This record gives sequence, C-alpha cells and structure tokens, in this order.
Amino acid sequence: MTTTTVLPAAGAPVAPATSARRVAGALLHDWAAVLSTAFLVLILLMAICAPLISAITGHGPNDFDSAAIDTDLGGLPRGSLGGISADHLLGVEPQNGRDILARIAYGARVSLLIAAAATALTTLLGVVLGMLAGFYQGWVDQVISRIMDFLMAFPALIFMIAILSSLPTGNRSVLLVVVISVFGWPYLARVVRGQTLTLVNREFVEAARVSGASTGVLVFREILPNLRSSLIVMTTLAVPGYVGTEAGLSFLGVGVTPPTPSWGQMISSSVGWYAVDPMYFAVPGAFLFCTVLSLTVLGDRLRAAFDAGEAS
Amino acid sequence: MARYVAGRFAGIVVILFLVCLFTFVIFFTLSPDPALMICGKTCTPERIDQIRGVLGLDQPYFTQFWTFLTAIFVGRDYGSGANLIHCAAPCLGYSFQTNQSVWEMVVDRLPVSATVAIGAAVLWLLIGILAGLLSAVKEGTWWDRTAMGLALGGSSIPNYVLALALQYVLVVWLQILPFPSAVSFSDGPVLWFQSYLMPWVVLATGYACLYARLTRANVIDTLAENFMRTARAKGLPPMLTMRRHALRPALTPIATIFGMDFAALLGGALITETVFGLNGVGKMAADSIAKNDQPVIMAVTLLAAFFVVVGNLVVDLVYTTLDPRVRITAK
Repeated sequence: MTTTTVLPAAGAPVAPATSARRVAGALLHDWAAVLSTAFLVLILLMAICAPLISAITGHGPNDFDSAAIDTDLGGLPRGSLGGISADHLLGVEPQNGRDILARIAYGARVSLLIAAAATALTTLLGVVLGMLAGFYQGWVDQVISRIMDFLMAFPALIFMIAILSSLPTGNRSVLLVVVISVFGWPYLARVVRGQTLTLVNREFVEAARVSGASTGVLVFREILPNLRSSLIVMTTLAVPGYVGTEAGLSFLGVGVTPPTPSWGQMISSSVGWYAVDPMYFAVPGAFLFCTVLSLTVLGDRLRAAFDAGEAS
Repeated sequence: MARYVAGRFAGIVVILFLVCLFTFVIFFTLSPDPALMICGKTCTPERIDQIRGVLGLDQPYFTQFWTFLTAIFVGRDYGSGANLIHCAAPCLGYSFQTNQSVWEMVVDRLPVSATVAIGAAVLWLLIGILAGLLSAVKEGTWWDRTAMGLALGGSSIPNYVLALALQYVLVVWLQILPFPSAVSFSDGPVLWFQSYLMPWVVLATGYACLYARLTRANVIDTLAENFMRTARAKGLPPMLTMRRHALRPALTPIATIFGMDFAALLGGALITETVFGLNGVGKMAADSIAKNDQPVIMAVTLLAAFFVVVGNLVVDLVYTTLDPRVRITAK
C-alpha cells in the first residue's frame, strides 16, 4: 500500500533535475538572458554593497555637498552632465549636492527589497488560495473566485494611492508590500486555480487518491510540483511589475518617504528640473528601465525554455 | 441571452455595492476627520460639531453609508436654511474644498480623460496589431527579432520616465512641440493635436508593445491550426487565407483585452495626466488624494470600478458575437 503512494512522489524529483539543467543550458546559450542576469547580479551587488560604495566614494546617500553645486545658478550641479566627475561618478542632485551613485545604490536596496517581498507575499497568497479553490471547488471556489473578481474590478492604482495617503506614516515599505500584494495575488491565483482544476482530475492524482494518499500528499507531492514551471515564470515576470509599481507609487509621492532614497522617488523629485538638469532623471530612469527590462527578458526566456521542454 | 445579461447586471450591481462599502469603510476608519480639514486653523469645538452636522458625520456609519447610496439616485441636501447646499440627482457627494458637486467635477474632466484614452487607443491598436501581424508572418526573420526586441524594451519603460524623456527631447532640446497643456479643440486643431500628442505616445507605448507581442503569438498559433492548412491546401492565395481565415480567431482575444484596458483608462490615466498636467479624471484623483478630499476620492474610485465592470460585461457580450464557438457552449 505504502509503496504505491510513494512511487509517483519518488519519481518526481528525478524529472526536475534534468529539466532544471536543460532550462539553465538553454538560458546560457541565449546572450540576452546572460546579459540580463549579469546586469541583475550587478544591481544586486550594488544594493548589498551600498555602504561599501559610500565608504569608497566618501559620500553617504544623505550627505549634502555644497561644493558640487553652483548657488549662482539656482543650485545646478557644477560641471557638465549633471555634475559627473571623478568625485561624483553619476553626478549630484541639484540644490543639495547629494551623490547620485550613493542614492542609486541605497535606492536599489529599497526597490528590490519591496519588489522581492511583494512577490513572495503575492506568490504565497496566490498559490494557497488558488490551490484551495481548484482543489476543493464547490463553495470554497465560489468564495475565493468572487473575492478575486472583486479585487480585479477594483481600480487598484487609485485605491493603493488613496489607502497609502490616508494611512498614518508608519513603516512605508511594509505598507507598500502589503497593499501591492493584496491587489496582486488574484492574477496569480487565477492561473493556479485553473491549472489545479485540470490537474485534480488527471490520472496520476486519481491514482494517488485511490491508493490512500492524504490531502497533504496530494497537494504538495502531486499537484504543486506540476505548477512549478508556471510559478517560476509568473513570479519572474511579476518582479519587474512590482519594481515598477513601487517606483510609480513613490513617484506619485505615496511610496517611500524622503530622505530614504528610492528610484521612483528620485525620478519624482527630478520632475521640476528636467529642463535644466536632464541627467537628474536620466540616471535613475535608466537604472529603473534596465532593471525592469532585464527581469522581463529573463522571465520571457524562462517561459520560452519551459515551453520548449513541454513541447518536446 | 436576456437572462444572461440580467444575471450579469445583478453581478455588476453587487460588485459596485461592495466597492462602495469597502471604500467607505476604509476611508472613514483610516482618514483624518474631514470636518477638521474643512474647519482649518481657526477652529472651535462648536464649529467642528456644526460642520459634522452639515456633512452628516454625526450620524452612525450605517446611516452615512445609506445616505451616500441613496444620494446617487435621488440627490441630497447638505445643511439647512440659508446655508443649504443641494446636490442634484446623480450625487456622488459634494466637495467642500472646491465647493462643487463631485458629479459636476467628473463631468467637467471626463472629456479630457476620454480624449487621452481614445487617441492613445487608436495609436496603440494601429501600431501594435500591425507590428504583431508583420512579425507573425515574417516569423524568425530580422524584422521579427528587431520588432519583438523593441516591444520588450518598450514595455519596460515606466511611462513617467518616457514622459520626462520625451518632454526633454521634443520640448526643451529640439523645441518641436509646445509645453503640454490641455488645449480644447476649439482653440485650434493643430495646437490641440500638439498638446495631446505626447500624452498619447506615452500612454500608447506600453500597450502597443504588449499588443504587438500578443498579436504575434495569437497569429502564429492560428496559422498552425488545421483549418489554416485546409485553406492553404485548397489553393487560396496567402493574403486571402490571412484575411478571411486567420485574422478573426487571432484577433478576438485582443478585442477582449482591449475592452478591459480601454475601460480602465476611462477612469483616468493617473500618471500620464499628472505628469503632463492634463486636467482629467486621473489628475483630479491625484489632486484630491493629495488634499485628502474624501468625497472626490470615493467618487473616482467608484467611477473607475464602474468602467471596469461595465467594460467587462461589454467584452463578454461582444465576444459571443465575435467567436461563434463560445456561443454554442453558452447554450
């Protein structure tokens, strides 16, 4: 009896090892995927080593540098290209002369941490609720599906801004993660629910059920492994979305509060200066764009690699 | 069919009611007291009580919510005697910060949001679908790879970054366009077109890239179908098979997504309108959030939800006429 329940589960880990190797191999042969990964690693290192960067350049993210700006010109950075020099590698902010490189590095911490936490929370909510709906069906499915309909009908951006602006200024980052996740999970749960619905009726699940597997075994050993590839793809594609959402909310002034730097908030404060100091928005804009692009490319290539595996 | 539509309408009413309730509860428990905001600096407890009475804030939650709901259908009065303010029938509340009925504010600004949304939609449908079709037909060629690479890049630019970059290049540097402002059509079509061109492009870029990729994927899937092989085997010319057989099944999903995207935009393109200073519903939402003008925030949330659920219904109804396969299963 026990051997029959263990058999399909024991067979499962063999397949992922080869498929993981195949996907990794496919990605290694794709220059766009390699380039994206390299850039993301660079950003990640930059975020982790932010204090080190500050120590080397000698500029903290909130250190004013009045020598780098020209008070006669209304606080514009001295020198061309927004004050790029050997001292300030990516220039300085107008008016207060804060080092942009240091702020970018510290901003990367905030942006990536929020995006990663939001992705983790949405994935958790999406997988648990989506699988509940798909596995138990009936009234559980009805309740969860209606909640999803309701949340997806909500004008999420307006509502996120409204909630964030009316909430007391507590820990903004945590609030951002919670608010983004609450409105984000239905998009993942919908897919998980659909796949679970079809998987539940497949022969291998029936076989496991008939041979006496518990609900836990059915869910975690039979169904969840089959959702893995779409989960990987969906979460990879969700991260750039959340990086963008965090930046957008900070851009609109309801995200991370100053003086904590975030990329969106840097772009937001550059709006008044774009005509005279274009580098002020170009630098954080370029970092934001390249990060989102890299994550999107990576997610796209991952999906292609998984799809190719399913087709073969 | 009539029963289906009636059922869907009931669903819409329920969802809108829930959106109302949810928004109401959240704002009235979280936000600072609106009476305090209106009262200003020279505030006395009596004055606050008076304002609370006028706004109906001294009533219990449930009564307030009920008053808000009924006001949408029959209107309501604020205060009494000489200070009476009447809010006519589709009353979504009254903004004491701008001294205007919220409904009037929305009606004033909706044309700007609609202009932005329609112009952008025309742009992104044209560019997105054409690029997607070409890429699908020329699958694997340099054109396909370039177009899809660009599409991936274009969908990664946050629209406010694109907006700032475009403004810098076109307005400050090359000086081709004037500073953007909401010019009405009667001020001259050329000026009107110039002032809306950048918002259209900014808003359309992300969608065009997404639609190009979707169109390409759908057309490639359709071209691999059996009925397409049959059509080609019959000896139909390629253009004809494309037009008569492939386009409809390939573009039907696009129509669905378009309906949803467009409906969402009618509720205001918040970031684009704010960046370009266009006085649409989206900018009104941003402004009212900054000023904590609760009635306006409530109304905009409700309006946006209304457009989304109605858009959803329209999409589903149109879908049954576009795709006969759904019609059969629906019965």
